[in-house]
Amino acid sequence: MKHNKICLWIAVCTTLFLWTSLGYCQGSAAPTNVVAIDTPNDDGSSITVTWDVPAETSGIVGYNILSSVDGAEFSKLGEQLSLDDVIDQETNMCMYQDTSISRLNTYTYIIQAVTETGEISDSQATESVSAKAQIFHTGKIPLFLAMLLFSAAIVGSIYHARSGKEVFVRRIPGLEAVDEAIGRATEMGRSILYVLGLGSVSNVATIASMTILGQVARRTADYETPLRVPCNDPVVLNVVREMVKTSYLDEGRPDAYNEDNIFFITESQFAYAAGVDGMMIREQPAAIFLQGTFYAESLILAETGNSIGAIQIAGTDSEAQLPFFIAACDYTLIGEELYAASAYLAREPMLLGSLRGQDWGKLFIFGLIVLGVILELTGINWITTLLQNVR
Amino acid sequence: MDLIGIWVAAFLTLCIYSFLYRDNPLYRFAEHLFVGISVGYGIVLSIHQGFLPLAWKPFWEAITFKDPSGLWVIIPIAFGLLFFARLSPKHTWLIRYPIAVLIGYGSGIAIPNVLRANIFEQTRGTLQPFGKMTETIAANGDTIPALSTFEIFGAILMVIGVICTLTYFFFSVEHRGPIKGLSKVGIAFLMIGFGSAFGNTVMGRVALLIQRVDFLMFDWIASFGTIFNSIF
Repeated sequence: MKHNKICLWIAVCTTLFLWTSLGYCQGSAAPTNVVAIDTPNDDGSSITVTWDVPAETSGIVGYNILSSVDGAEFSKLGEQLSLDDVIDQETNMCMYQDTSISRLNTYTYIIQAVTETGEISDSQATESVSAKAQIFHTGKIPLFLAMLLFSAAIVGSIYHARSGKEVFVRRIPGLEAVDEAIGRATEMGRSILYVLGLGSVSNVATIASMTILGQVARRTADYETPLRVPCNDPVVLNVVREMVKTSYLDEGRPDAYNEDNIFFITESQFAYAAGVDGMMIREQPAAIFLQGTFYAESLILAETGNSIGAIQIAGTDSEAQLPFFIAACDYTLIGEELYAASAYLAREPMLLGSLRGQDWGKLFIFGLIVLGVILELTGINWITTLLQNVR
Repeated sequence: MDLIGIWVAAFLTLCIYSFLYRDNPLYRFAEHLFVGISVGYGIVLSIHQGFLPLAWKPFWEAITFKDPSGLWVIIPIAFGLLFFARLSPKHTWLIRYPIAVLIGYGSGIAIPNVLRANIFEQTRGTLQPFGKMTETIAANGDTIPALSTFEIFGAILMVIGVICTLTYFFFSVEHRGPIKGLSKVGIAFLMIGFGSAFGNTVMGRVALLIQRVDFLMFDWIASFGTIFNSIF
């Protein structure tokens, strides 16, 4: 009798243990803290679902995402996602962004955890959520403030320069050689080749290159030296034609302007390089300007220019291409020097003021780095946190 | 068909390489063919990936009342059409409007991105290691510094490099005295960086050359055997 009671107790305890263990296991596998929100700072094209990272012992190997549109039945979205697909290292949360939504509907989500043994545990359904487009991207506020600060420095410096106060600009050898190059071409009765590279009008280096071209065109208008500009982008072609035409008009030489000297070759990188190389060999320009955005074709162009004995002035902000220009050209404008070139050549108060304003910006960064190093060493990291939040 | 492709590719490769000797009719042929094909391909691509889906389709659906919301594309289409004003000398001035929009749009998109990527991200990357210098991590029960001596040296070297290089790019200050010294160190840092980039890129270019030579040797020359076998 006593033996039977003990057996009964063992059976009851074992059953209870297995039942609670199973319950515990199921509970731990189900995703917790599942929240669906309208993705912040977007155009209303996605909803973000987040949930807690599972414990290492949970045995979870992946997740299924189920969504319900306007309270209808839940359906699975795409394929099963692995842990690597969903874990966001930055926030240490699991995250899924549903981009298959419409702004007109509301959505509810359930996350299904899948274990190694193939067991599936559902999370609780999230609250209904709909997506809205945001007018302001709040993550860009620090960037906006920085832009305002830099703009204020530039505008202040422009007013300073316009008030008649002299703005000093240090010597830039590559730009001092511009007159020499144009003079050489004029004396030799040969043309000048101006290559803007492969950038579009949205490239800062291309915009800087176009302003330098405007200054070069003013001088070629005076000397009546042919200025040949092969373009890679049809939009750049039209902008360049307008700029060069304006320069010729400003110099009072509209008759010397020849629109056919500014032409489109092709948008293809190496076909453009082949075309420009052919021009260099056949036309033998006395001076070559390689200013703008360049990629792998930089050395092909610079080396061909070097082989025909032309004086070459290069300038780019493409760090990977600068070494080739330094090796193969007579003068090279390094990065920021390209942006300073138009002010240096024109000596107009507005451009000089802008150059001085940029120096104030650099001084600010200089100070930020020194202050940041000191603060970081003392364990205060608000500067790096602020910089990290700039989107 | 593959054989023809290999022979055409090999012939054009050799035509382009003939430029290494001097300009010649073969190079000119390959150059003009390359430019012509790339322009034609570019035009077809622009029509199929730009004009048709972005302009024509929404416009057509709007005027046939399938989707009137597409009517807004008339504004960018009108701006784009102003580029054709160049064809009429009387109305050339109209081209300045789309150009102004494009330059404004381009600068607006590019400048904040340049600020973020080239200034803020770089500054953060320069500062971040200093935050870890005072940190320690636990490994095998021992507490060790988060950064090795070499990493600390690298972080200090990077700050010196950034400050000196930044000094080189000050244009409105005369480079005299300490500024001259700093900027000289800065240009030395730049040249060291360029030297390593040069070596790195040259290695990449040599790999491209090897690829082409590999094609000529193992695809083109090997095709001689195939031709020989098919004839005899």
